[in-house]
Amino acid sequence: MLIFEKSRRGRHAGAHLPPASAAVDDLPAHLLRREPAPLPEVSELDVVRHFTQLSQRNFSIDTQFYPLGSCTMKYNPKACHALVRSPRFAGVHPLALDGAGQGTLACCFELQQMLAEITGMAAVSLAPSAGAQGEFAGVAIIAAYHRARGDSARTEMLVPDAAHGTNPASATMAGFAVREVPTDATGDVNLDALRSLVGPHTAGIMLTNPSTLGVFERRIGVIAEIVHGAGGLIYYDGANLNAIQGKTRPGDMGFDVIHLNLHKTFATPHGGGGPGAGPVGVSAALQPFLPLPVVARRNGQGYRLLAEGDLPQSIGRLTAFGGNIGVLLRAYVYARMLGRLGVTRVAEFAVLNANYLAAKLRQAGFDPAFGERRATHEFIVTLRTLARDHHVTAYDFAKRLLDYGIHAPTVYFPQLVKECLLIEPTETESKETLDHFAHILAMLKQEAETEPERLRQAPHSMPVRRLDEVRAARQPDVAYTARRPLYPTSTD
Amino acid sequence: MPFIPHTEEDVAAMLATIGVAEVEQLFDEIPPELRAAPLNLPEGLSEMAVGRLMAERGEQNRPLLCFAGAGAYEHHIPAAVWEIAQRGEFYSSYTPYQAEASQGTLQVLYEYQSMMAGLTGLDVSNGSLYDGASALAEAVLMALRINPRSRRILLPRTVHPRYRQVVRTLVGRQGVELIELPFDPAEGRIDPASLAAYESLEATALVIPQPNFFGVLEEVDELTDWANRTGALAIGLVNPVSLGLLKPPGAWGSDGAAIACGDGQPFGAPLNGGGPYFGFLCCRKRDIHQLPGRLVGATVDRDGKPGFTLTLQAREQHIRRAKATSNICTNQGLLATAAAIHLSLLGPQGVRGVALQCHGQTRKLAARLGGIAGVEAAFKGPYFHEWAYRINRPAGGVLERLMAEGILAGCELSRDYPDLGSAILTCATETREDADIEAYGAALERVLAA
Repeated sequence: MLIFEKSRRGRHAGAHLPPASAAVDDLPAHLLRREPAPLPEVSELDVVRHFTQLSQRNFSIDTQFYPLGSCTMKYNPKACHALVRSPRFAGVHPLALDGAGQGTLACCFELQQMLAEITGMAAVSLAPSAGAQGEFAGVAIIAAYHRARGDSARTEMLVPDAAHGTNPASATMAGFAVREVPTDATGDVNLDALRSLVGPHTAGIMLTNPSTLGVFERRIGVIAEIVHGAGGLIYYDGANLNAIQGKTRPGDMGFDVIHLNLHKTFATPHGGGGPGAGPVGVSAALQPFLPLPVVARRNGQGYRLLAEGDLPQSIGRLTAFGGNIGVLLRAYVYARMLGRLGVTRVAEFAVLNANYLAAKLRQAGFDPAFGERRATHEFIVTLRTLARDHHVTAYDFAKRLLDYGIHAPTVYFPQLVKECLLIEPTETESKETLDHFAHILAMLKQEAETEPERLRQAPHSMPVRRLDEVRAARQPDVAYTARRPLYPTSTD
Repeated sequence: MPFIPHTEEDVAAMLATIGVAEVEQLFDEIPPELRAAPLNLPEGLSEMAVGRLMAERGEQNRPLLCFAGAGAYEHHIPAAVWEIAQRGEFYSSYTPYQAEASQGTLQVLYEYQSMMAGLTGLDVSNGSLYDGASALAEAVLMALRINPRSRRILLPRTVHPRYRQVVRTLVGRQGVELIELPFDPAEGRIDPASLAAYESLEATALVIPQPNFFGVLEEVDELTDWANRTGALAIGLVNPVSLGLLKPPGAWGSDGAAIACGDGQPFGAPLNGGGPYFGFLCCRKRDIHQLPGRLVGATVDRDGKPGFTLTLQAREQHIRRAKATSNICTNQGLLATAAAIHLSLLGPQGVRGVALQCHGQTRKLAARLGGIAGVEAAFKGPYFHEWAYRINRPAGGVLERLMAEGILAGCELSRDYPDLGSAILTCATETREDADIEAYGAALERVLAA
């Protein structure tokens, strides 16, 4: 039942009404609202029960294993949340940061430095709100760099066909024409194709390493030579940094600009779809173009936010204030708890877990998509054979896993591999959890062979069965109206 | 090892299953010349030690009596909002791509969308964007898709200066011409008669802020009617709290604004130094395919039982890639969740009550400060919960002195509007009591008398 359907005229959560105010006699009547806002009228207990019950209709890391490839659904340590909730952090108005928010700025400054060290970049801006905004900032920096050199011919951004969809979308938003680079049979970028694509029109290339295929791009050095040789820059999508941090650094691989997803690698929560944070890092040559604000040391002592006067060539601002500072503080606490050794250990155990799970699944008769390669923090299993022989799909597997209390892996991405499951266990899961997952998948494989209809009809134990997505798209119902109740009256 | 559960036996067994002797071998595809030297980072801290560190950092943030608005507002957030929103089932869940396992988040977002559509008087709301400024940029891009007659956008100077900067950053590389509209310096708002001069530009859209950056109420009916008459889309940029009292964008003029956007921070998001907040974006049903960002729809399952799912995903980057309506992926889902809880607790009476109290306290503030020698109202136009005043000495120094007295007195306007002279934009919400206003007045008197 919707909260609107629990509404009773005249009921309210009285504790939240401010004291009655004087009537409005100073505003022109034609600018005022005529009817009350169409919001539910409910008690505080109604609200608490309603939303608590809704929360129980969700999978989450706190309650389920979430092997969602490319999303790095690791445990979100409670301290990261608890230690920054105090009004001392949460109560700071953005205009007070320079003058009265030195504690917050100190954390942000140190986070910038730690991220620069981990990625091998010269400088970092924490401004972008999420990965896609970090990508936009990164490619906008590339555009600003070429423009500052007076080179207006570089209108094309190269993007491998395995890339996240945000990469081409971000390049388009930054005004580039996108050209796709094909992948070779072993999962690396096709170098011959790359050589034929680069030229004086190439602004740069956007790469994820390890790629979304779950393998490390071994010839990254050659790619850097080819693109740099043509006058382009190389952009690193940090979605998969969890696999390599402490082992190799984007800066050492030749990348000029990077973004990170703190809501992946640095364990800040996904919140059912955000907020994230997508800091962007650059080489020394690109430092003048960083988005604002950037936290800097103040002469004398303390910190301040750099503004337009400090970085006149900046690509500008991405949000009204300084980005998702609450998320940055959580990532800072996490990074301080991990420290020097912990950061590297994350990559080691993330990769150990993925390779172990890949080996277990291979033993159970599953086909890894790039079985001849070393898995990174994630790997792909293709269900092509099962789909052909038993007419069950990766989608069916995904839905059936939910019945066993396991969130589905990423399915049908990357689009290069048919009927794929992209599996990323992360370092925070135990061997028992991985064994259990492998056991369930093996069972489902057997079910596919003997009782495929169970899979096709799954899930069976969720609050709802498979939803009619076609209907949702053809007859969009995206807001409640009292005239057309969603439920029949008086039933839940 | 913090957050890593493996025992030594586990590691040995796992390596044996993989068929390698040590973990290091798992990185053998990284070329040796690219291997990193040991990182230069501080040693890891225990939870207790990092707790002490963060307590110290918190002490370095000095609490102030907040009279600043300018895009971020101190409101009372009912205790229930974050007690529920921070539950692990909301806090640590992913984007609801697996609908059957995400009915909680999906229904909350559907309710959020319903509330925002209702408040703005439009049909449809998306599931949130990053913040108000980036929401305005997305509204502009959306307007270009709906109404591609020119690529000119009328962006008044009464729009938040930072918002205008963000729009420049985010749409500036797509061949869009942003044309600044002046304001009447006496009224502090757009003179609707001044628009006639822009008619021949055949603008794609007119942005209408309500209240505007100065807190002043624009003549939204006239502005909207001008836009609709001349073939431009009207984009309403609104403070959502004001909608408890002010006419919603969908009802502006004869036909209403086509798009409404703004920052939802006043609905449940703590100030947090500037974020995370969330942007909202609402439109008419006929433009739904041009709306960027996630959208939840109601549907039924195989048994005909009602349920919710992400819908119209063909607009989005993970399907449409370079041709998507926007690159946005992760948005501000948890903030939208908090907003839905916040709005449910307030209800129609509470939303109106908060708006009234904000307005009433700001009137008292204006009366108190306006009575001080050397202080005068910057504008004559009617205001909602922000009020600008001019003083006879540099505003920056006055604000610093007031901060030293524990008062965040407002936002210096002179930096972005040198034509206004030395002026300060100030704000009182329902959290400012009469005694707070008196403290501000007394402090300003002392500073100006010094």
